[in-house]
Amino acid sequence: MLERAYRSFFNPVDEALLWRGFMNRLLSDWLGAVENRPAPTYPAMNVWMNEDGAIVTAELPGIAPEDLDIAVVGDTLTVSGERKPEALQEGETYHRRERGYGKFSRAFQLPFEVEADQVSATFKNGVLHITLPRAEADKPRKIAVKTA
Amino acid sequence: MANETHDLQQQEVQKQEVEMQGAERTREQVAFIPRVDIYETNDAMMMVANMPGVDENNVEITLEKGVLTIKGYVPPTQFEGYSLVYAEYREGDYERSFTLSNDINQEAIEATMKDGVLRLRLPKISPTTRKIAVKSA
Repeated sequence: MLERAYRSFFNPVDEALLWRGFMNRLLSDWLGAVENRPAPTYPAMNVWMNEDGAIVTAELPGIAPEDLDIAVVGDTLTVSGERKPEALQEGETYHRRERGYGKFSRAFQLPFEVEADQVSATFKNGVLHITLPRAEADKPRKIAVKTA
Repeated sequence: MANETHDLQQQEVQKQEVEMQGAERTREQVAFIPRVDIYETNDAMMMVANMPGVDENNVEITLEKGVLTIKGYVPPTQFEGYSLVYAEYREGDYERSFTLSNDINQEAIEATMKDGVLRLRLPKISPTTRKIAVKSA
């Protein structure tokens, strides 16, 4: 311990690398298991997959479907939009304000290329479902082994 | 704009679970505390609650002894042939209670549900002016 502290004192790069390795390991551990963890940005997303594609879901209560913008380029899905604040009249006052307002934008990278033409999205009860089929060209091919 | 985005992210990414108080829920699913805005207009109190996944048939509003309780049930999401590989949010029901003051006309409460947002209008009792006759002694 003392030796490590001593070393890091003289070589902060070593220490940084050590930490990075540790963080990477921690990350890969996390990615292995499906469990809840704090989302890095809004909206939080869940991803469902099979060999033919993915379904991405996000909870976006109170956002009008026309204020939602979904774009797909290559393997990246971008969801952006805006929740408009309640239009309060003069003389009306807030007692509580817990809901967030404003614009958001989030890019999400998928582990495969998406067939952009066939992406579909539904928005029901404030929950967005985006179906992203995997591009034909990106699907794994089975290779038949011939006997020589 | 940047600031607004920040607010939205800070506030909404985490869902707060309902803490158990005495009686347990019969449903296995977790319940969250919905985020709520409450504002007052001239003639009513307005309550706006985020309950994504809840439709008008799965919301329950009860009023008992001046306590208003809103509950929303979320049917679990399942996609045939797909498995959940990455999750940032959890699904669950919603539950929250508020104590109403006496000057709410509890008979005339209106509720609407749209895009996963519950809106309640709690009309105030119209002020009844009572004149007190002063008698001469």
